[in-house]
Amino acid sequence: MKKDVVFVQGNEACVRGALYAGLDFFAGYPITPSTEIAELLSRRLPAKRGKFIQMEDEISSMCAIVGASLTGKKVMTATSGPGFSLKQEALGFAVMTETPCVIVDVQRGGPSTGLPTSVSQGDVMQARWGTHGDHAVIALTASNSQDVFAITVEAFNLAETFRTPVILLLDEVVGHTRERLVEPKAGEIDVVERLKTSVPEGTDYHPYLPREDGRLPMSDFGGVHRHHVTGLAHDMWGFPSNKPDVVYGLMHHLIDKIEGHVNEITRVKEFFVDDAECLLISYGSAARTTRHVVENRRARGEKLGLLELQTLWPFPADLVRERCASANHIIVVEMNMGQILGEVKKVVKNPDGVFLANRIDGGFITPADVLNIIRITQGKGV
Amino acid sequence: MERCRIILSGSGGQGVITAAIILAEAALLYEGLNAVQSQSYGPEARGGASRSDVIISDTDILFPKVVEPNVLVCLTQEAYDKFSGLIRPGGFLLTDSHYVKQNERVDAKQVELDMHQKVIDKIGKPIVFNICMLGALITFIKLIKPESIMKVLENRIPPGFLQINKEALELGIEMVETRGKKA
Repeated sequence: MKKDVVFVQGNEACVRGALYAGLDFFAGYPITPSTEIAELLSRRLPAKRGKFIQMEDEISSMCAIVGASLTGKKVMTATSGPGFSLKQEALGFAVMTETPCVIVDVQRGGPSTGLPTSVSQGDVMQARWGTHGDHAVIALTASNSQDVFAITVEAFNLAETFRTPVILLLDEVVGHTRERLVEPKAGEIDVVERLKTSVPEGTDYHPYLPREDGRLPMSDFGGVHRHHVTGLAHDMWGFPSNKPDVVYGLMHHLIDKIEGHVNEITRVKEFFVDDAECLLISYGSAARTTRHVVENRRARGEKLGLLELQTLWPFPADLVRERCASANHIIVVEMNMGQILGEVKKVVKNPDGVFLANRIDGGFITPADVLNIIRITQGKGV
Repeated sequence: MERCRIILSGSGGQGVITAAIILAEAALLYEGLNAVQSQSYGPEARGGASRSDVIISDTDILFPKVVEPNVLVCLTQEAYDKFSGLIRPGGFLLTDSHYVKQNERVDAKQVELDMHQKVIDKIGKPIVFNICMLGALITFIKLIKPESIMKVLENRIPPGFLQINKEALELGIEMVETRGKKA
């Protein structure tokens, strides 16, 4: 047996990925199906001199990680739908204050407490617009333990690079399925460290004055520089401002720093896309079912392809439009009422040629669910 | 190899999910095979129907659930009634005679063993019932060696409990091997 091969749940792969990326601080409130993330970190994080704290609820957990991040720590919290709802306000604070953090949402059936032990992908739009106000955000996902590890590291890297909350949208099936993980060695995946200011002690530090490349070097809160952090619209010193030119600049900065780097943020996996007559678009655990169908049908000569999205937000519009251009039919496979379907319809030339294969009853989407829709697009009955 | 698609089912607390994890981990780490394990259960901590799916294969496993098992284990009547209809015709179905009354109309090679009672009589700890079942199961499906199961148990179980688990595993194997002779 090779030592670096382990048999783990997606949730554990996420924990291992977070520790690989340098997680220092976790605050959370356990909730099915994300509980294993908190459970494992409660042992492993203190063992590497990190801090684990179980807070009184999800609101305080989110606030705690934002505070810890400002002091220079790499931070994460993990939850599921009901807890993700509670985190939205402080998530917006992290957007406004440009505080790097990773929020894991292992999706289950909703709304409300819904189906605690069943799978869903119903939080895709909540990740995008759950917190109020115009803003941009990064949301990533993955479909198996190996990819969960890598995408978790990526989540930390993007959070630091763009000084933003990054939402990791897992789901019950990905979180709970146990399978092979070959643990990457140190150095195998790049780990981005925080960009810290070079302004010396005693010199004015402007926390929100972008460098020429648009990035904002940080100074650990409570360290050598005194500075202000607020959820109000603010100027380059971090103090509240309602001057239109300041607010205009701030809003554009917050949105452009993410929407302007879509290509850099986009992660996709492609299977038989080039000559696909029917292109399936999927993500998370639904992409496993979809790839199962695609590989089986390819073996019979049917020209199916899969575009597996790992970056959901910012939505990779140009890439999706380009990949869809030569397919006759597009089928979006997801476990909700068409949250990514709508985004795909927005960007393709022929929105009427985009169909949905979904499942919303708590059951995991099966190959038969997908094949039924494929048959309809082929003009056959179900 | 043909994909081994297993459903282990019973009641929450009987250890079917633990057994499934041990089985799949043994296949992956010690038999050089690929394995995926998943589970479905209700919101309750104890009781309620519990089910765990294991797929063992020598190729990549994408769809992680079992739709049509060729191996099914049912440790309660409720689980048997619910899942016996799923089995692939001619598949292998194992039940515990203490808990399940088999229906001969099910198209499968059905085997019942008095595992629960034997565990009580010989070991006295019902907690290792699931490991006894695992011993019986691996003797039938012949994909995983008992030593591989033991290696997983050594990593997962506190040393003080290893001996009774070993006894339970051996008991399960023995029950299958002596089955024809006694009957």
